[in-house]
Amino acid sequence: MAEVLVYVDHVDGAVRKPTLELLTLARRIGEPVAVHLGPNAEAAAQVLGEHGAVKVLAADAPEFAEYLVAPKVDALQAAYDAVSPAAVLLPSSTEGKEIGARLAVRIGSGIITDAVDLEAGDEGPVATQSVFAASYTTKSRITKGTPVITVKPNSAAPEAAPAAGTVEQLAVTVADSSKGTKVVSRTPRESTGRPELTEAAIVVSGGRGVNGAENFPVIEALADSLGAAVGASRAAVDAGWYPHTNQVGQTGKSVSPQLYIAAGISGAIQHRAGMQTSKTIVAINKDEEAPIFDLVDYGVVGDLFDVVPALTDEVKTRKG
Amino acid sequence: MSLRIVVCVKYVPDATGDRHFAEDLTVDRDDVDGLLSELDEYAVEQALQIKEAADDAEITVLTVGPEDANDALRKALSMGADKAVHVEDDDLHGTDALGTSLVLAKAIEKTGYDLVVCGMASTDGTMGVLPALLAERLNVPQVTQLSEVSVADGKVTGRRDGDTASEQLEAALPAVVSVTDQSGEARYPSFKGIMAAKKKPVESLDLEDLEIEADEVGLEGAWTKVDGAAERPARTAGTIVKDEGEGGKQLAEFLAGQKFI
Repeated sequence: MAEVLVYVDHVDGAVRKPTLELLTLARRIGEPVAVHLGPNAEAAAQVLGEHGAVKVLAADAPEFAEYLVAPKVDALQAAYDAVSPAAVLLPSSTEGKEIGARLAVRIGSGIITDAVDLEAGDEGPVATQSVFAASYTTKSRITKGTPVITVKPNSAAPEAAPAAGTVEQLAVTVADSSKGTKVVSRTPRESTGRPELTEAAIVVSGGRGVNGAENFPVIEALADSLGAAVGASRAAVDAGWYPHTNQVGQTGKSVSPQLYIAAGISGAIQHRAGMQTSKTIVAINKDEEAPIFDLVDYGVVGDLFDVVPALTDEVKTRKG
Repeated sequence: MSLRIVVCVKYVPDATGDRHFAEDLTVDRDDVDGLLSELDEYAVEQALQIKEAADDAEITVLTVGPEDANDALRKALSMGADKAVHVEDDDLHGTDALGTSLVLAKAIEKTGYDLVVCGMASTDGTMGVLPALLAERLNVPQVTQLSEVSVADGKVTGRRDGDTASEQLEAALPAVVSVTDQSGEARYPSFKGIMAAKKKPVESLDLEDLEIEADEVGLEGAWTKVDGAAERPARTAGTIVKDEGEGGKQLAEFLAGQKFI
């Protein structure tokens, strides 16, 4: 069976959920071989093996942290040369897309980004994408070279599929030309303890109607009662009420959770572009004419400062 | 010596319009208004600020696209760019990201550059890979997704705000930069700027000028193929209730019914 390279997104060996989703999708088109760059490959290999990785190609080099993106492309290319895979899958993160793009140029292949589903086809893997603010669904494939495909988080449910997950060291030579962009310093983002926005099963977002940074705890409290991530519309971010890293929309993050709750968000096209593929959509807004109500499975026309706290209390009570 | 800045911009269908596909599954550009991609305005703005901080700099704005794409160039020129290059060729119809990066890279090399500035992504394809593709093709450093950027002493520095960390980056020129919508509000063209733009030079190039064969680009030469596009079915109308004191409770009831609580 053909081998499929899966690029591992991890934090010091703790594998992030989108990678497990990739392994699940990879098994539809071949045998997953994971590529782990950085420390703690052994710890990662166990989880990767449990989710179907027959092999884990591991490499660690200081250059992966000292320079931006390019050394990791060198490493992925070494893995590509070692395996001659049928496809290369990466998570649709900023870095995953950049690594995939550069690899595609090097190996003379096409690239598809932000796939939301993947299946085997007669002429190679077929990727489903959601385009034009999710108003269209397309099916695409790569016609030249080895398909390089990045997949959005929450595109598949990770499935356990025990495999060997044997760690093999990958020899990597980082080219001098890959040391062009120095990472001079790195400041880790403070953890909020909440799930990562793009990976979360539930997202609660606040918009213009939240009316001030001091009111965002109302949104956070609901999110915490549900174990959800917190999002914000561009209006709320531009007003300085919430960090840009939490922005949902065309110029922010695109999310596709099981449940999306929009509070005080009117639903401009730019926001819809980032959340329209959510499975269940709920909105709370004072304005019954707000376009967000065209998308919802359930909408409440009302003041979010009445409805959201009442909902939070009710969730807490029901969860006991 | 003058700092040569090339800003790559894209002419995109207006996202607030009704976008759809043409019969050949390329983006239908006839039925919807086009404009300079909003995210590229931030690239033009940062290029202007870099120029203002430099002793001597010149900004060339570059686009690949049909005749109408000239509008995007004019907008950038009216904001303050010095000149423009428009790559236009019938054989470019249907070119994908890989092909576009090839055309842009050749045009950038032909124009001459010290710094390439791009937006973080286009507002239509939203792939966000073009700056990385360009850096790979030009074999220069990529300093991408910056919310802050500056150029001094032959070096570009900037801040990249990622999911888990914020990184301070540095690279020697020449380099490819991309900036996010957090880099700073783009200026509006002044009346004077709009009038001046009419007199600024726009160079037109085709595939022959760039020594690119027709079969390397276009729909036939694309590395990817769209086999089908279906309009997403309209959502069935959801339940909408008015809050008369019980809105929160009713919503909780719905969420419990869907097994979210």
